[in-house]
Amino acid sequence: MIPEVSTKQPDRGDKAGLFDIHRLPDELYLEFFRRMVLIRKFEETVYDVYSRGIMPGLAHLYTGEEAVAVGVCLTLDTADTITSTHRGHGHLLAKGGDPRRMFAELLGKESGYNRGKGGSMHIVDMSLGILGANGVVAGGLGIAAGAALSAKVKGEKRISVAFFGDGALNEGLFYETANMASLWKLPLVYVMENNQYGEYTAVSRSTAGSGPRRAEAMGIPAEKVDGNDVLAVYEAAHWAVQRARAGEGPSFIECATYRWRGHHMGDQGDTYGYRTQAEVEEWMNRCPVTRQRNYIIQNEIAPAEALDAIERDTQAQIDQAVEFAKEAAYTNPEEVYKDVYA
Amino acid sequence: MSTPERIGTIREAINEALHEEMRRDPNIILMGEDVGLAGGIFKITNGLLKEFGPNRVYDTPIAEAGIVGLAVGAAMTGLRPVVEIMFSDFTTLASDQIVNQAAKLRYMTAGQCKVPLVIRTAMGAGRRAAAQHSQSLQVWYAHIPGLKVVMPSTPEDAKGLLKSAIRDDNPVIFLEDKMTYNNKGPIPEGDYTIPLGVGRVHRQGDDATIVCTSSMLYPSLEAAERLAQEGIQVEVIDPRTISPLDDELLIQSAIKTGKVVVVDEGYQSFGVTAEIAARIMQGAFDYLDEPVRRIGAADVPLPFAPSLEDLTIPSADQIYRTVKDMQAKMYTAAVAAA
Repeated sequence: MIPEVSTKQPDRGDKAGLFDIHRLPDELYLEFFRRMVLIRKFEETVYDVYSRGIMPGLAHLYTGEEAVAVGVCLTLDTADTITSTHRGHGHLLAKGGDPRRMFAELLGKESGYNRGKGGSMHIVDMSLGILGANGVVAGGLGIAAGAALSAKVKGEKRISVAFFGDGALNEGLFYETANMASLWKLPLVYVMENNQYGEYTAVSRSTAGSGPRRAEAMGIPAEKVDGNDVLAVYEAAHWAVQRARAGEGPSFIECATYRWRGHHMGDQGDTYGYRTQAEVEEWMNRCPVTRQRNYIIQNEIAPAEALDAIERDTQAQIDQAVEFAKEAAYTNPEEVYKDVYA
Repeated sequence: MSTPERIGTIREAINEALHEEMRRDPNIILMGEDVGLAGGIFKITNGLLKEFGPNRVYDTPIAEAGIVGLAVGAAMTGLRPVVEIMFSDFTTLASDQIVNQAAKLRYMTAGQCKVPLVIRTAMGAGRRAAAQHSQSLQVWYAHIPGLKVVMPSTPEDAKGLLKSAIRDDNPVIFLEDKMTYNNKGPIPEGDYTIPLGVGRVHRQGDDATIVCTSSMLYPSLEAAERLAQEGIQVEVIDPRTISPLDDELLIQSAIKTGKVVVVDEGYQSFGVTAEIAARIMQGAFDYLDEPVRRIGAADVPLPFAPSLEDLTIPSADQIYRTVKDMQAKMYTAAVAAA
């Protein structure tokens, strides 16, 4: 069963009509598509590389959820910070992360973002405001609120975005930190990715009430959008980011979406028996990348051939990233004892 | 070279260090339950809100994980937060933030970020506060690479170590024994710092060594005084920080005296005393007259009733008797050999 997605827009008061989502610059519609394709190709290539036994460790793929990361990150400046989750590749790429250094990290190489000391769940790029994927569910929420606090204390204009899943909504840390963020009007945007399952348990079996209602109870304005529609996500994020920049405090956006792949690479087919193939296919028919592709073609922003070229070029870029990572040197053994302390 | 100093309490020393450091560096902020308007449950942070205002001193909700979580993120992005967790027992509520986030971020990111964060917290028994307000959990944090653990015992050390902890680029757990807040001693004026990882010899002697942490300094000095009256000269050493630990100072003393007692208020099993004893035995085995003795808290949840609680905490008498017993064994062995 696919939960119903509300398309109702919240009352945005004076902020209404800031821009018309259907009258953005053409380049922006193409950029939405490019970055979603980048994530899709990256993740499907991870699937392939992992399946061939080249990549050690764990991998949690973002395939199917691309519109959330892209719609939010394209509202941000480089100085703005994000925190991510164990399913973090998409957020990193959307914020500008380098696929070559990401793949090198996934393979445990010296030229990886973290010199192979973090792996898939811990990639950080401080220069891009990527404060990290995080291996603990809700683990990024404290860091995100703290980054917002430091922006406020230091009088810096940057804002902070916390990506988290429906699973993190039931962690205590969300309530402890969101309460303070609301009390102190911190420049923070909560982006809840509801991909319908916390590991192998459906949201309907784990979550009473709803994310937006819980946020509203703490005085945080909230809305729910179709997380497979990059334009809807962008519009909501634009509203939330403007509020944060204006010093009006945190906002909360629930993005309804779906992960096509399993919770992690070990979750294939019927291994855990928690969802049906029919349900997966139903969501695959609502592919966010195809949706944006169709929007661009129907609105004559670019022809299909141009989009095909983007897909080909992106796959080539990812293939080069994999080659770069495979050829890169493994991390020097001396590295194991470095960076324990500053 | 002498630094000007005055006599004051540990409470005053910590308060002074916080004032001075916050004046020195505008990136230092203070967060915790009741630390602002009320001046802290133990009145350690009195006057800071008034001087530095609400943009730098935060009265937080009762939300330990959230407080430390915010502090970690703030530390990653340019601030130097000093957090107060009211009782060290409550650091367990924030343990994911301390152990999985603060301690590991620098390593996991291969040095891309740092987490300059101090968590001050009140530890120790004797306040008749029962099992959830009395624990000494220093070993939990000393066990985790990436954290530093500081345990001052005197006003002078409290001031100098706190300033160093605040200036350190790593997460530091700063444990203050609540029963020592009123203890008096000299407080050096001005920019006085003590490097983390350097122990202090409080009393010199050749006959035995007592290694003691935090408030255990006081019963140890009392025992040493009684022993001195009987002609037994005991060396009393406070490592001051247990992570990093000044192994060399302890090992050299053990080599000199051949007899060592380690006293720490944490539980004896798998405790600080076990680690220190092991390091001394590895470094000074050939010089030891007998195995290193350990005195920790009894392995029970701390009871409330004074008559019961007193039975669980290391005492001067217990330390005295332990040293005497080691001396007696030596004497017996010497007689047997003759």
